[in-house]
Order: sequence, then structure tokens, then C-alpha cells
Amino acid sequence: MITLSEVSKIFDSTVAVDNVTLDVPDGHIHGVLGRSGAGKSTLLRTVNLLERPDSGSVSVGGRDLGALSAAELRAARTRIGMVFQHFHLLHNRTVAANVALPLRLHGVPAAERDARVAELLELVGLSDHAAKHPSQLSGGQRQRVAIARALAPRPEVLLSDEATSALDSDTTGEILELLVRLRDTLGLTILLITHELDVVTRICDSASIMEEGRIVEQGPVDALLGDPDSILAQRARRVSQQVLGVGRA
Amino acid sequence: MTDKLVTASLETLQMVGLSALWTVVFGGPLGVLLYATAKRGVSPNAPLNRVLGVIVNIGRSVPFVILMVAIIPFTRVVAGTTIGSTASVVPLAVAAIPFFARLVESALIEVDPGVIEAAQAMGAKRTGIVARVLIPESLPGLVRALTVTIVAITGYSAMAGAIAGGGLGDLAIRYGYQRYDAAYMVATVVLLLVIVQIFQFAGDLAARRLDHR
Repeated sequence: MITLSEVSKIFDSTVAVDNVTLDVPDGHIHGVLGRSGAGKSTLLRTVNLLERPDSGSVSVGGRDLGALSAAELRAARTRIGMVFQHFHLLHNRTVAANVALPLRLHGVPAAERDARVAELLELVGLSDHAAKHPSQLSGGQRQRVAIARALAPRPEVLLSDEATSALDSDTTGEILELLVRLRDTLGLTILLITHELDVVTRICDSASIMEEGRIVEQGPVDALLGDPDSILAQRARRVSQQVLGVGRA
Repeated sequence: MTDKLVTASLETLQMVGLSALWTVVFGGPLGVLLYATAKRGVSPNAPLNRVLGVIVNIGRSVPFVILMVAIIPFTRVVAGTTIGSTASVVPLAVAAIPFFARLVESALIEVDPGVIEAAQAMGAKRTGIVARVLIPESLPGLVRALTVTIVAITGYSAMAGAIAGGGLGDLAIRYGYQRYDAAYMVATVVLLLVIVQIFQFAGDLAARRLDHR
């Protein structure tokens, strides 16, 4: 569904994304794990061309996005939903108006829009909050509004830019469960970036580890965790040792 | 005296109202253009941005008393007259348009760039981003900008009295200043004060109601 091939992005003299190749099959959840500054966010933003790669190609659903005209790209972007760490909701509009935004932007008639918004709020469990404003909601609820908004145009792909990083661990769990449920029920393909190992081990089918713009490890999460020499397995071990309080001098 | 004060107050309100209307019609889009064509705007265009910036700065740096007199030929063409409150609307709007445009620009700059990026990710057109994201999200700021502008126009409208511009300022100059009638002077000042207070109160209230941050 998502194919990045030899994608690079350079800002001034720093290479933010260095020759990244990545393939996410239909209905998979792929996680890109890395520290801040590793280039994950830039990489994710190349998938809907918010950031145009300097070299390499990006294709989603079999379409080479780089070859599209401006109007075709706008249409292609409706097939790719995106959620953000800080939600990026409109503060001065209601929850329902926020979810309706992408539909409004694309001229969907009011009746159809209202029906779709009601359906989406039901899906994310916020039907009772339709008339509220985002400031009246908790962080987890705001992220669910943002997810509903991203899903409004019925995309095939969801991009998640550290969607749980501003949330506490219980809320993170709820959002991750929601993402898995959406993948299962809607057949979404999800590409997420995170600095939290936990997110990858809990919901991702496959993962890439990114350091200084390069992907240093890639594969199915089970296989990586099963290989004691993999970076993912080593990090997982370190975390569990810290939790258990062993391995200290 | 009461008749004169009532007539003059209505003239002032009419002058301010009409000037504010034209200011929104021309200054609003100008402010949006200033924002949109800037380096970090939704449609960067450095040459256009510079030209608009210079025009706005010229408009804002000419003192109103001078502007009012300087554009008399233009006022005659547009309003068909150079005296009275109808004529005063022209220089008032000309002075307020660049002022309001700058305030609109700064209200739009306050909108979180992340929200704009989210709209771009939805496949929004630039016009869609302005109409559906920038303006709704900055509405409280825009209302505050309009309030400040209306209060400034009210002040300027009194100055228009110096060239027979009609309204309370005109009354204050002709009766209060030229005829040494202190009662007129005090009454016009009080009325202007009340008008400004009402505008400010209404503007603050509307902005607060619209603000859900």
C-alpha cells in the first residue's frame, strides 16, 4: 500500500532522510522507531508529500505521488489520513465541526456530511461530545477527534506522527487499541512514527529503526524480537531489566 | 442643543459605520494577502508581499489630518462632495484600511501552523485553508482587530470636523471651540467617550464569546 523507494531529504547541509526504502503491505501496521531528530517525522511527511523528497519515489495505493499534478495530489491526500502529536484541531470549532472539516473542504453536501460525522463520532466513542469544543476534552479524547477527522474521507492509509507521545500511559493504551480496531474493521494501513518502544511492540506488525536519517534495522516485529542480536530485542531487554530492577551494579 | 447633539451623534455613528464597512471589505482581503504572500504564508510571493507592505506602510505613516486634505480630489470623485459626513467616510476608510489590514495579518499569524499543515494533509486548497481554517480559527482575534479599528475611526472622525466633516467633532469645533461654548465641548466629549466605550464593550464581549481556546 505504501512504498518508499530510496527516499532522501536534505535540509541545507544536513541529511534528514538518507536513502530510505520501506514497504507497508495492505492492512499492516508499520512502526518507525527512533529518537527525536532521527528524521522520522520528515520521513512520515514525505508519504503525503508535505515534504517533497529530494530523491527517490513515494507511492501510495500503487500511485506515484511525485508524478501527480497539484489537483491530483490534493485528491490523493484524501486517501491518506494523518494524525499528530499535538492533535492540531481547530480550537474555536466544535468537535463535530472539526470532524466535518475535511468533508467541508471537499464540498461534501451537508446532509451526507452530518451523517458521516455522526457515524465517525460513534466509531471513536465521542457521540456525546459532538457540540463541545476541543478545550473541554481530555488529551485522549482530542486525539480520538483527530482520528475521526482523519478518517472522515474514508482513507486507505493512516499516518500517525507520534500520536500517543503527548498522552499518559493508560490513554496511550486506549488510542493504540483504537488504531488496531480501525485496522481490523476498516482494513486501514497504518504507518506510525514513535520514540516509544512500547508502541512498536504492542501494535506493530513490522518495524523500522531509524538513526540519523537511515534505517538501521527493518523486519516483522516478532522476528526482530525473536532475534537476540537485533536492536529492537536489545532495547526491549534493557527496558524490561529497568522495570525489574535487575542488571544494575 | 439636544437636537444638534443627537443629529451630530447619528452622523458620527453613520460615518464610523460606513467607514468600518469599507474597511472590512478592502482591509480584510488586504490583510489576508499580506499574510498569505509572506514567507511562511500559504502562498508565498516575496515581490507582491513587499509591494503590499510598502503601500500599507505609506497609508499608515501619513498623519490623518494631512491625508484628509491631501485626498480631497479623490474624495470629490468618490463621494461627489467634500464636506459633511458622506465625504468624511472616504478619508476615514482610506486611513483605516491599511491599519486594519496589518491587524488582520497579525491575527492570522497567531493561528497554529500545525492546524494549517493538518488542512494541507487533508488535501485542502489554499482558498479552503483561508476560508475554513484561518478565518474561523482567528475569528476572536479578527473581532478584536475590528474593535480597535472602529475605536480609531471614531477618534479620526472627530478630526474630520476640522474640515467640516460633520458629526460630533464638527459640532465641537464650530460651537465648542469657535464660539467658546463649553457646554458643547463637554457634551461632545462625553458622547464620544460613551460611543467608544460601547464599541469596546461590544467588541470584547463578542471576542470572548467566540474564543474557545
